[in-house]
Amino acid sequence: MATAETVHGTAGALVTDPIFGRLTWDVLPFHEPVILAAFAGTVLLGAAVVGAITYFRLWGYLWSSWFISIDHKKIGIMYMVLGLIMFVRGFADAIMMRSQQALASMGYEGYLNAHHYDQVFTAHGVIMIFFAAMPFVTGFMNYVMPLQIGARDVAFPFLNNFSFWLTASGAALIMVSLFVGEFATTGWLAYPPLSGPEYSIGVGMDYYLWALNIAGIGTTLSGINLLVTLVKMRAPGMTWMRMPIFCWTTLCTNVLIVASFPVLTATLALLTADRYIGTNFFSNDLGGNPMMYVNLIWIWGHPEVYILILPIFGIFSEVVCTFSSKRLFGYTSMVYATCVIMVLSYIVWLHHFFTMGAGSNVNAFFGTTTMIISIPTGAKLFNWLFTMYKGRIRFEPPMLWTIGFMITFVIGGMTGVLLAVPPADYVLHNSLFLIAHFHNVIIGGVVFGVFAGINYWFPKAFGFKLDPFWGKVSFWFWIVGFYLAFMPLYVLGLMGVTRRLSQFEDTAYAVYFVTAAIGALCIAAGIGAFFVQLYISIRDRDTQRLRDFSGDPWNGRTLEWSTSSPPPYYNFAFTPQVHDIDAYEHMKRNDYKRPLKGYVPIHMPRYTASGIIISGTMTVMGFALVWHIWWLAALGFLASLGLGIAHTFNYDRDYYVPADEVGEIEAARTRMMAEQA
Amino acid sequence: MSSIAQKSGGLAKESEPGDDKPFQYHVFETEHDEEEHGHDTGTMLGFWIYLMSDCLIFGILFAVHAVLGQNYAAGPSPADLFEIEMILVSTAMLLFSSITYGFAVIAMQNDDKQGLVRWLLVTGGFGLAFLGLELYEFYHLWHLGATPMASAFLSSFYVLVGTHGLHVTAGCIWLAVLLSQVGMHGLTHENRRRIMCLSLFWHFLDLIWIGVFSFVYLTGVLI
Repeated sequence: MATAETVHGTAGALVTDPIFGRLTWDVLPFHEPVILAAFAGTVLLGAAVVGAITYFRLWGYLWSSWFISIDHKKIGIMYMVLGLIMFVRGFADAIMMRSQQALASMGYEGYLNAHHYDQVFTAHGVIMIFFAAMPFVTGFMNYVMPLQIGARDVAFPFLNNFSFWLTASGAALIMVSLFVGEFATTGWLAYPPLSGPEYSIGVGMDYYLWALNIAGIGTTLSGINLLVTLVKMRAPGMTWMRMPIFCWTTLCTNVLIVASFPVLTATLALLTADRYIGTNFFSNDLGGNPMMYVNLIWIWGHPEVYILILPIFGIFSEVVCTFSSKRLFGYTSMVYATCVIMVLSYIVWLHHFFTMGAGSNVNAFFGTTTMIISIPTGAKLFNWLFTMYKGRIRFEPPMLWTIGFMITFVIGGMTGVLLAVPPADYVLHNSLFLIAHFHNVIIGGVVFGVFAGINYWFPKAFGFKLDPFWGKVSFWFWIVGFYLAFMPLYVLGLMGVTRRLSQFEDTAYAVYFVTAAIGALCIAAGIGAFFVQLYISIRDRDTQRLRDFSGDPWNGRTLEWSTSSPPPYYNFAFTPQVHDIDAYEHMKRNDYKRPLKGYVPIHMPRYTASGIIISGTMTVMGFALVWHIWWLAALGFLASLGLGIAHTFNYDRDYYVPADEVGEIEAARTRMMAEQA
Repeated sequence: MSSIAQKSGGLAKESEPGDDKPFQYHVFETEHDEEEHGHDTGTMLGFWIYLMSDCLIFGILFAVHAVLGQNYAAGPSPADLFEIEMILVSTAMLLFSSITYGFAVIAMQNDDKQGLVRWLLVTGGFGLAFLGLELYEFYHLWHLGATPMASAFLSSFYVLVGTHGLHVTAGCIWLAVLLSQVGMHGLTHENRRRIMCLSLFWHFLDLIWIGVFSFVYLTGVLI
């Protein structure tokens, strides 16, 4: 505790140096052994990565081929890498919580003090939602959607790169908070007045605000971008009702992003004003209203849940019909179910705080709307089941994840309906039952879907399949680990254990917490198996077993499988013409032949470094604002503005790929396909 | 299935003469086929969507004002603070600037670069006048002790009106940038598109201000 107070003390003293703001040597975690170990580990790992990149002289390649790339495929992959890194970080937090609670339930004190534990659960939530799940989902939408609609890039390629780097900038700020200062101790949605200037005096809350503000702008811009792409850039013949389901879910997700992230931005801006200026939006005095924050944040927060799950529903829809070798059952109903969920997700936010005391009529309204959401979701499940019915099912890893999802998600959905009953919610509110519920739908839904998607589209992105054996090992560890880790939390919740506790009086909980910790270890093994899968697959990438010569390793049905794996940077030598829902399946059914001549120059956007540079200056601005280094914040802001304006003076943004170059790339593909045959 | 294939098969055949395949699966673009025009509509749609998301930010700020707007915390109320005549003048500045921006767009459509620049300068002048009046108002209120820290009503007043003011400032900076770009490159395709985007932005801010004027100032002094 003493160490925690030291951290608090330095920031709380409110001594603001004109040069260094509140930044002093004391903010480094030399007095916290746990953080110091993490710090040392991260520095060593970081040094190893940086050293390796330098040794192999890859900086130039990374910079010119990836960081400044405006190719939607590369940006999609960068989102996935960012998501994976942050997912591991967030999972480390999860392991710490599970082990601390297991120790505490057995009567030990554990190794995390309360202040540190509070930071861990806050960081876990923030990282997993904003910097793991969101990049994963955005990565899939970025990579797959333009290919599925037969486009060559997104509508605003530069903006796409900029959005990614803004997200990365937020993630960087969160990572910095691990070592320089502290993170918020408020829980992932940071309710005031706890998160206000009176009760969160340290810099942790400020890291939270600036990280999310910067990343949130990126997400909004990306939402606008993908929305316009879907509206304007579909291949000829692809009417709305011929779009692949993944594109439909992407459309609904981006409508939700554009219509909810501004709410987050505004809400966090108001909290920022409370903390930095001393306004009274969410304070207890002078007319402020803390419950208004809770309402506003959930007006964003509930659609956010569907922003995560809708694209995942899309992934499952693609996987289930490909691996059942059948057209998706009930395409139209799937589309309408997605749209209905999109609309309904806006009118349920109050179910997150039935205990606010809005009165029985208000609670009844929001309880009812919440229960209604289970109807379109149920329709989707039946559609997937009927797609499998009498299908020729191949139990490849993506399909296993999908089946695991269907079972797990239904359980999570049912406990969700339980929580939607206001009287039941009064009992279960804030308990581990709730924690078990939302992990049940987020792990059983989003995480399983991300793994299904990675296994499904990996060969498209890199030209070779992921090793199926290790994929199955990963899946089984994950699903067993999930049930071991979260079923006990339902029981504990019913026994009355509330969330966010680091110490327990009663050792009767021990058996459940220890089981949960074992489950977390199983999940760790599942993550480990995934990395082994990556390693084995990269090692064996040139074998006949994994190499994808055809571009269509799964006998796919949508347009992304009609081009090579990995696709050329222009995606399609000729813009596809669409005649049916499963466009590529239709092509194969009608003996489609790849055209081998008649190439024309292709209009493509140029790479630009503006995105990463402006995001860099914005990261500096965010860091300076956290530490009240005003001159640097002003400098960072002016630099971002100046660079942004300078970018608009660049009129040379696109070029034509010569027809000969297209011809050479396509000829290479022809040779590769011949090699396989 | 077969009936569908037959139906569209007949259609597709004529589009690709000399080929016996029933379906045409590619668009054989001619050289430089993709018109710039197609990209433009994307930009305009994207900008509209951006404006709607911005509108939502204002929507939240208006909602916050509806909740907190009468929490005076024993401090001053709108009737004590607002000088509605001055606000009327600044409103007029902004409304005039919208009209003059309209003239600028008409000049652009007539390929009249001089006229465009002239009207944009007038627009910027009105914008700056509006901002000047707003800053004066804030300065004046601050000196009366009506700071954003004084009450929830004032917090929400400053942030709502100030956010609009920041947008107008951004609009003025954008205007200056565009003027120099029109000076450098003339009425190119990109510049016309940008002028249309700023036009949308400018009118949007006007619209928001009408909300601010009626909802914050007028309602404030009348209650």
